[in-house]
Amino acid sequence: MFIIKLVLKNSIRHKLRTFLTIVGVAIAVMSFGFMRTIVTAWSSGVQSSSENRMITRQAVSFIFPLPYSCLQQIQQIPGVTEVSYANWFGGVYKDAADWKNFFPRIAIDPETYFSVYPEFIVPADQFAEFKKERNACLVGEKLAREHGFKLGDLIPVEGDIYPGRWEFVVRGIYRGKDQSTDETQMFFHWEYLNERMHVETPGREGLVGWYILTVHNAADMPRVAKAVDDRYKNSRSSTKTETEREFQQSFVSMSSAIINSLEVVSYVIIGIILLVLANTIVMAARERTKEYAVLKTLGFSARHIIGLIAGESMFIASTGCVIGLGLTFPMAVGFAKAFPTFFPVFNVETVTIILAVIVALFAGVAAALFPATRAVRMKIVDGLRSID
Amino acid sequence: MPQNGTMIRVDHVTKSYRRDRIEIPVLRDISIDVPTGEFLALMGPSGSGKTTLLNLIAGIDRPDTGKVVVNGTDIDLLGESELARWRARHVGFIFQFYNLLPVLTAFENVELPLLLTGLSRKEKREHVEAALNLVGLGDRIHHYPKQLSGGQEQRVAIARAIVTDPTILVADEPTGDLDKVSAGEIMDLLDRLNKEFKKTIVMVTHDPRAAEKAHKAMHLDKGELTT
Repeated sequence: MFIIKLVLKNSIRHKLRTFLTIVGVAIAVMSFGFMRTIVTAWSSGVQSSSENRMITRQAVSFIFPLPYSCLQQIQQIPGVTEVSYANWFGGVYKDAADWKNFFPRIAIDPETYFSVYPEFIVPADQFAEFKKERNACLVGEKLAREHGFKLGDLIPVEGDIYPGRWEFVVRGIYRGKDQSTDETQMFFHWEYLNERMHVETPGREGLVGWYILTVHNAADMPRVAKAVDDRYKNSRSSTKTETEREFQQSFVSMSSAIINSLEVVSYVIIGIILLVLANTIVMAARERTKEYAVLKTLGFSARHIIGLIAGESMFIASTGCVIGLGLTFPMAVGFAKAFPTFFPVFNVETVTIILAVIVALFAGVAAALFPATRAVRMKIVDGLRSID
Repeated sequence: MPQNGTMIRVDHVTKSYRRDRIEIPVLRDISIDVPTGEFLALMGPSGSGKTTLLNLIAGIDRPDTGKVVVNGTDIDLLGESELARWRARHVGFIFQFYNLLPVLTAFENVELPLLLTGLSRKEKREHVEAALNLVGLGDRIHHYPKQLSGGQEQRVAIARAIVTDPTILVADEPTGDLDKVSAGEIMDLLDRLNKEFKKTIVMVTHDPRAAEKAHKAMHLDKGELTT
């Protein structure tokens, strides 16, 4: 009790210094939390990948399509339970320079797509309406909120990969099963795309961007992947089949330099927290050398001295951590609002909070280590001789 | 007046310090006996070794050779934590510059040594109030050191030294930082603690007026006892 009281009294002895240190720690913790949130958001697709889904794409590049005719052949491969397909549509909605207007627009097969992606939940009546109409579309709840899309709204899109003016009618709004599900996408009928290609650009019909396969057992995945790829090995459309996690990872690894930089910066921030705190604690402990000597003279043990120094360090670190974490949330919300579709999922994860707390506590302990050791080893007579 | 028996025995003690690889002898073969209830003044010029001798008696430093026995305990044989407990129980310290913790009130400063005892909160309060009343600061218990004069701060330090009812009191230049009037008050207080409460006191001082209150004065010069 006494130690806690003295720790608190010592902590506010130099109010400005303590305040500035707490602010420093808070800003560092906030930056750390924000960086980690970006890193987590970047790889959220990987994290939310299903354990039993696989992707088959063109072996050379994702941008080359595969024939629609592969569908039945893939369905017959042993171990495959269901197959769906999709095309990246692209296109420009309103002003292309505004990041907000960039959101994934994907042509899908309504009969199978939501079966292989059960995490997209569409109300039954809306789904029925969507299926009825060729140019109907489904939008994610987050996307609808961001753009104010309502059922019946028309979404005009200027095609780029698939030229022409396209108009989609919102017939449903899906929501994610949990926070990690992407709610910023727009889905429409692959048939609608295919029909227009057939009429307007003969030669581009009957093509799909990628196939989505589900398997019964995750252990079957390597065998299924080999079977699919062997099937098209020497064809014009050789394939590459991989787990959904690997597929997502390949996108993330395209930006690995950025992610690595962010990770390095987040570690640098840990160093900054440590230096800011250590500077204050070393200074405070040096100023109180004589007081520690007096306490030792009175019979207080090394345990008490360590408690005083580490206590002050932990108090500043934990206060800064709480404030820093408190600031991380509004900052993340602000960022997500400013760039709503940049990261489909941008949440401060529990693991980020835990990491930030561990980092702050580690900094608290590490900052106290040197001054506490010095104070404990100090001879009383040397301490009493020290100048205030 | 001195009581029967020896409270402090310093037996052929030597002590030296190292400064930049040079060994500086501070105490050379010192032997003294301090009877129970004695008020002893250690005098001498700066660097004569009087504070070092006081530190050895108080158990905050150890001799190179020889031994220090206080109230029958050979304190050189105690380990660091045992020695800390021994100091807490048997020694009251009064420093030249008071050495109060500035963030604690007079009450809290005096209470410090009691935190290492098993006394209840109520008992601690009673002890602290009694000690502060004894030094005449019963009305200043909630004052911080910076709100007190030098003489008052030293009286708080004396209250802190006596609150555990220690076996001996050691005082290092207790009047060295005080004006004449305050110094006189402090010496009267120490005299009272010796006479009324039979405390054995060892005091280092430069001040001949302070030394007059002691029963006996010993002089050190260059680490040796001269009288």
